[in-house]
Amino acid sequence: MLDDFMTRATLAGVGVAFAAAPLGCFVVWRRMAYFGDATAHAAILGVALSLTFQMSIFTGVLAVALIMALTVTLLAGRGYAMDTLLGVLAHSALAFGLVAVSFLSGVRIDLMAYLFGDILAVSRADLAVIWGGATLVMALIAWRWSQLLTATLNEELAYASGFDPKREQLILTLALAVTVAVAIKVVGVLLIAAMLIIPAAAARSLARSPETMALAAAAIGAFSAVAGLRSAYVFDTPAGPSIVCVAAILFAFFSLIGWQTQRED
Amino acid sequence: MTLITVENLSVRYGANTVLHHVNMTVEPGEIVTIVGPNGSGKTSLLRAIIGATRPSAGKVTLKSGLKIGYVPQKLHVDPTLPISVERFMHLTNRVSRRNCVEALEAAGVPDLMKRQMSQLSGGQFQRVLLARALINQPDILLLDEATQGLDQRGSAGFYQQIEKVRRETGCAVLMISHELHVVMSASDRVICLNGHVCCEGSPAVVASAPEYRALFGTGTGGALALYRHEHDHHHDHGENSREAAE
Repeated sequence: MLDDFMTRATLAGVGVAFAAAPLGCFVVWRRMAYFGDATAHAAILGVALSLTFQMSIFTGVLAVALIMALTVTLLAGRGYAMDTLLGVLAHSALAFGLVAVSFLSGVRIDLMAYLFGDILAVSRADLAVIWGGATLVMALIAWRWSQLLTATLNEELAYASGFDPKREQLILTLALAVTVAVAIKVVGVLLIAAMLIIPAAAARSLARSPETMALAAAAIGAFSAVAGLRSAYVFDTPAGPSIVCVAAILFAFFSLIGWQTQRED
Repeated sequence: MTLITVENLSVRYGANTVLHHVNMTVEPGEIVTIVGPNGSGKTSLLRAIIGATRPSAGKVTLKSGLKIGYVPQKLHVDPTLPISVERFMHLTNRVSRRNCVEALEAAGVPDLMKRQMSQLSGGQFQRVLLARALINQPDILLLDEATQGLDQRGSAGFYQQIEKVRRETGCAVLMISHELHVVMSASDRVICLNGHVCCEGSPAVVASAPEYRALFGTGTGGALALYRHEHDHHHDHGENSREAAE
């Protein structure tokens, strides 16, 4: 069954959607959208490092994404506004990454594959990495769900309930780095943030509890992956962007329905 | 047995010392209010008690197994986060539906279970926060400026609810407030803070202390009068006299 490249691509897309969607809910609730972007953009630097030191792409990207996310967390609240800080870090990381890649003489790399993903070239080994990472992220979020939710609502409430909201932030950071590392093959660094945010935002108008929002986001993300790949096949369009387009159309659709029902209320 | 003991507590942020050598205790069942001007370290003291801020010197000791019900100053529910009152009530504890109903009743908002948090008014929101803090039958309630954003009538009603909760459950209350006249009448003991403990004692003692007057000026003379007026009637029909005082 895994011999078919479309089957492997579909499984890879669904795996990434399952990890990205619940995590994306927290990204949306905590207003960390740009944070996701910054971490993702840093991934291209990770690609360059992996190729230089002949590590697996996954390891290099994971390491750089993690360093990036931790740096942002550490620098937060020390002088610059968060969006300025992220703007500086995200685009510098992307620029340094692109420059670093250009130094890699002798290695022919397809930059486009990393910027926009190369989901149709997913191998069995990639699939194992993606599902391993996705399972880890889902397990982390499920395990810490109520603590993450409490820390998202109010830091002091978290302390008074006997746990450290900074640790929960760290868990989200870790999950984000893993998600970026597994998603790079599927949608590429430029569109990873879209897989985090769009399904979660689309699920908002459907949900009346945090749990249903996360589940709806996962469903919307998975559907986008399947439908996006299908339309890429039929219309011969790039696969990663097609997935994001389907998610965006679903977002517009559900938002319109949401507004309509709100007006009727 | 003492619930909270703060000994010789100092808190520093960088070079800025916000609290120095603070000593205080909270005993079971009493209502203690911390008053102080802006920047006097009220919130830092509360944060040190719940463990959100590390003391630079001294220590905070909680009675072992102390159950704290915390009512935050402000809780921001992002519009993108759908959460009902019922779900919010068991955010950190698994509780039965009955506990949930009882806690909402105790906080004076029995009918809000199914509402979304984002649809509540300011007053309802604060009461739901209070209900959430009560759900675990806490030994002590901690309130950080819990009536910010409420009008005077709203906050007077809120403090009456706190007194009622104390009367019914016997839990201690430690709160911070800037609404001196409303809060002081409801307190057993007032601690006046300005980086250190300026003065403390019963509301009448604190209100007439020169340290307190130096901080809050003579404008609080009216608050004192209000307090006295209420105290005359407090024990038999406190509720009525407070309404009359409004």
